[in-house]
Amino acid sequence: MRQSLLALLAKEPAHGYELKLALEQTFGQAYPSPNIGQVYVTLKRLEQDGLVRSQDVEQTTRRNKRVYELTPAGREALNAWVDEPSDGPRIRDEFFIKLVLAPMAGLADRMALMNKQRRHYLGLMRRLTELQADTDPADTAARLLIEGAVLHLQADLDWLERCQEELV
Amino acid sequence: MSRSAPKGLPWPPKEGPWGQAGGGRRDAAARDRGDLRGFPRRPAPSARANTALLSTSKLVKVYRADGVAVEAVRGVDIEVAIGEFVAIMGPSGSGKSTLLHVLGGLEPATSGEIWLRGQRVDGLSTAGWAILRRRHVGFVFQFFNLLSNMTVADNVELPALLAGATSRQARKRREELLDELGIADKAGAAPARLSGGEQQRVALARALANEPSLLLADEPTGNLDSSNTRDVLRLLRRAHDRGQTILMVTHDARVASLADRVINLFDGMVADDTKIVPIPRGVNGVRDVLELRG
Repeated sequence: MRQSLLALLAKEPAHGYELKLALEQTFGQAYPSPNIGQVYVTLKRLEQDGLVRSQDVEQTTRRNKRVYELTPAGREALNAWVDEPSDGPRIRDEFFIKLVLAPMAGLADRMALMNKQRRHYLGLMRRLTELQADTDPADTAARLLIEGAVLHLQADLDWLERCQEELV
Repeated sequence: MSRSAPKGLPWPPKEGPWGQAGGGRRDAAARDRGDLRGFPRRPAPSARANTALLSTSKLVKVYRADGVAVEAVRGVDIEVAIGEFVAIMGPSGSGKSTLLHVLGGLEPATSGEIWLRGQRVDGLSTAGWAILRRRHVGFVFQFFNLLSNMTVADNVELPALLAGATSRQARKRREELLDELGIADKAGAAPARLSGGEQQRVALARALANEPSLLLADEPTGNLDSSNTRDVLRLLRRAHDRGQTILMVTHDARVASLADRVINLFDGMVADDTKIVPIPRGVNGVRDVLELRG
């Protein structure tokens, strides 16, 4: 979340709640924003690291709010982050370890393991397709995010099929 | 989700040799009412025939390719209830398309039984299958298979005309379908002038023209890009919501996840047969699949 907050602050100074709202508006229900507590904790750490600074702004009717802005060091860190290529997703697949090792130890049948996993993936896929149907087509970021998740899940299922072909 | 029976046109005839088990949902309701009034349950000739729209028993399909016997389907027992949407998945070569073709009578079974609407149909002649399909089975293929020398409108009207509808009925039905599938403005066009997604919608309209008891779909989105895939899925889902029974072969998990049930074939046999249980929609969004860093 650090970089997300820095990126939002690069546009204009803002207080914590505004940042949370901006995240929500950008990603929609596809990626629920962190709770406000996490936002404040992250902002505090960014401030300790010298990447943002804050000042209290007096308000007449409500209590003061703390407005954050990017420091030059923060902008530099943000630029560096934007510049560097991002890692692709790594396969951290607990299921694969189960699939390979559990039958060796006589703990489970491979076909049964794969069937169970496929059911789980299909259930997830169903939720994503429903989320997709409920998402406003004009909400591009949310739409693309869901599509990304769908494609990842499809790859997991294709891989499962390959495992089935080779291992059973 | 409420599902009502599709509005019936005078064709195809819903009575007659195929009519007995066809209204299974209604039959079941009638039986239940009978029970409430203290009447005995009507004895069923066979439980299988009465509850399922489609069922198979020990179904086998062996091909001969260059003198070598290939067992594509090796003893499949499945049942599809009225109104159900079932997806068949499995690796290529697992026999899923062959199974669908045998179930629709496009290829003869080698052995085993196929029951449709309470009638045993595996022994039907080619002509018998043609009549059965015309009235009760709609087909959608991966490559659309539209008649290229006819307009979109004629492609959709033809099955109704063949099944005995008047030209006026056929036209009315075609207009309804094209309208509903969002391609009313393409009625006069030749299929080749349409995009893949539009052609598949026409194919779907053609398959639904006679309000078939069973819609068989073989990789209906296999040749479409993702936005057309979404459209065709939405349409299949809508047909299903209205009570259409669908049996669909697909490689695409997005497509399969819309079904009520997924049958997984492996090596010509059923490896898994399960209802899809949607993961409850919490606050997680896509987080279970994709984690955003940054």
